Amino acid sequence: MAIKLYGAPGSTATLRVRACLAEKDLDYEFVNVDMGAKEHKKPEFLSRNPFGQVPAFEDGDLKLFESRAITQYIAHAYADKGNDLIIKDVKKMAIQSVWMEVESQKYEPATSKLIWELCLKPMWGMPVDEAVAEENEKKLEDVLDIYESRLSESKYLGGDGFTLADLHHLPNLKYLMGTKVKKVFDARPHVSAWASEILSRPAWVKATATVA
Amino acid sequence: MATPVTVYGPPLSTAVSRVLVCLLEKDVPFQLVPISMAKGEHKKPDYLKIQPFGQVPAFQDDEITLFESRAICRYIAEKNPSKGTMGLFGTNPLVKASIDQWLEAESQSFNPPSSILAFQLVFAPRMKLKQDEALIKQNEAKLVKVLDVYENRLGESRYLAGDEFTLADLSHLPNTQYLVEKANRAELFTSRKNVGRWWDEISSRPSWKKVVEMQNAPPQ
Repeated sequence: MAIKLYGAPGSTATLRVRACLAEKDLDYEFVNVDMGAKEHKKPEFLSRNPFGQVPAFEDGDLKLFESRAITQYIAHAYADKGNDLIIKDVKKMAIQSVWMEVESQKYEPATSKLIWELCLKPMWGMPVDEAVAEENEKKLEDVLDIYESRLSESKYLGGDGFTLADLHHLPNLKYLMGTKVKKVFDARPHVSAWASEILSRPAWVKATATVA
Repeated sequence: MATPVTVYGPPLSTAVSRVLVCLLEKDVPFQLVPISMAKGEHKKPDYLKIQPFGQVPAFQDDEITLFESRAICRYIAEKNPSKGTMGLFGTNPLVKASIDQWLEAESQSFNPPSSILAFQLVFAPRMKLKQDEALIKQNEAKLVKVLDVYENRLGESRYLAGDEFTLADLSHLPNTQYLVEKANRAELFTSRKNVGRWWDEISSRPSWKKVVEMQNAPPQ
C-alpha cells in the first residue's frame, strides 16, 4: 500500500493524521510503533522521525513527520478526494492558516500539558501536579474565550466550512472531554456546539473506532 | 505600484521580526506601525480588533488582515511566488511538504525552549524580572536535544528542508539571534559544526542583517 502511517493508537498526533485520512476516505496501512518497548527511540524509527516521536508517514517515496505537516500534505495532494480540508482561494486559506497556527501555538501547549497531568500521569500511577493543571486550565479558558468570540462570527474556526483548522483540535479535545476540564468547553455555548459537532463527524468516529 | 503592506509591532519582537525578514526576502514593500507594549497598546480595543490575543505582529494588505507570524509568512510567500527568493515556500507539493515538516519542527520543538530561554536570559533582565534558574536549565536541556537532531540533519542537507533556504530556516532566525548575540548562548550553536555553519549562512543573508539593523536602531 502506498500510504503508511507509523504510530501508536493512543497518541494524539497519530490520531490527528488518522482523522485526516478518514476525512479524505483514503486507504492506508497502519504500522504500530511499540512505545512501551521504546521502539520510537531506536535507529530504524529515528530514520523516519529524527525527534523520536510518533507519527511518521510515507506516501510512495515521500517520507514525512510532524502531524500538522502530514495533514497539510494529505489535504493538498488528495484535494479531489473525500471532504475538503483546505480552501483554494488564497485569502480564505490565509484565514484558515491563522487559526491553524492558533491551534498550534495556543491550544496545543495548554491542552497537551493538561492531558499529561490529568490523563497520562494517573494512567502510569504518577502524582498529578495540581498547580500545573490549574495554570493550564486558566490558559485554556483564556484561549477559549477568544474561540467563543470567533465562533459567534464564523461557523467553523477557519471559515464557513470544516477544515484542518478544526480537525487539528480533535485529538486533544477527545481526551479533555473525558476529564473535569470538559466544563470549560461546556461553559461557552458556541465553543460547546462546535466541539459537539466536530466530535460527531462520521470520519472522526471512524478514526477513533479502533482506539480505546 | 503595489501599496506597501502594514506590519504592526516592534522589530525587537521575535514574531514581528519573523514577518519582516520574510517580507524582505520576498521584496514586498512594507510600512511598520510601532506598537508600544510598554504602554499596553497591544491590549487596547482597537488593536484587539485585528489581533484578538493581544500579541504582535498583526498584518494588513489591501485585501486581508492576519495574525500569527507563521501564517503571515506562508501568505506572503504564497501570494508572491515569483518575487524575491523564489523557493521560499517551495515550487512543488513535495518540496512544500518537506518545508512544512521543518516549519512544524521549528514550531513544536525549537520554538518553545528557545523562546523561554530568550525571555529568561534577555527580556526578563531588561524588564527587571527575576530569572527562573530551574526553567533556564530545563529549557537548555530541551534545546540541546533539538540541536542534536539539527546537527545530524544539517550534515545531510545544506538547509533544513533541502538544498535551498526556505521558510523553515527563516523561522529560526529571530530566537537564535537573541540566544547567540544577547544571551551568551552562542556556544550551543557554534559548538555544533553543521548547526554553526548553517547559522552563519542564514544570519548573513542581507534580509536578516537589515532586520537586525532595525532592531538595533534607536526607538522612534
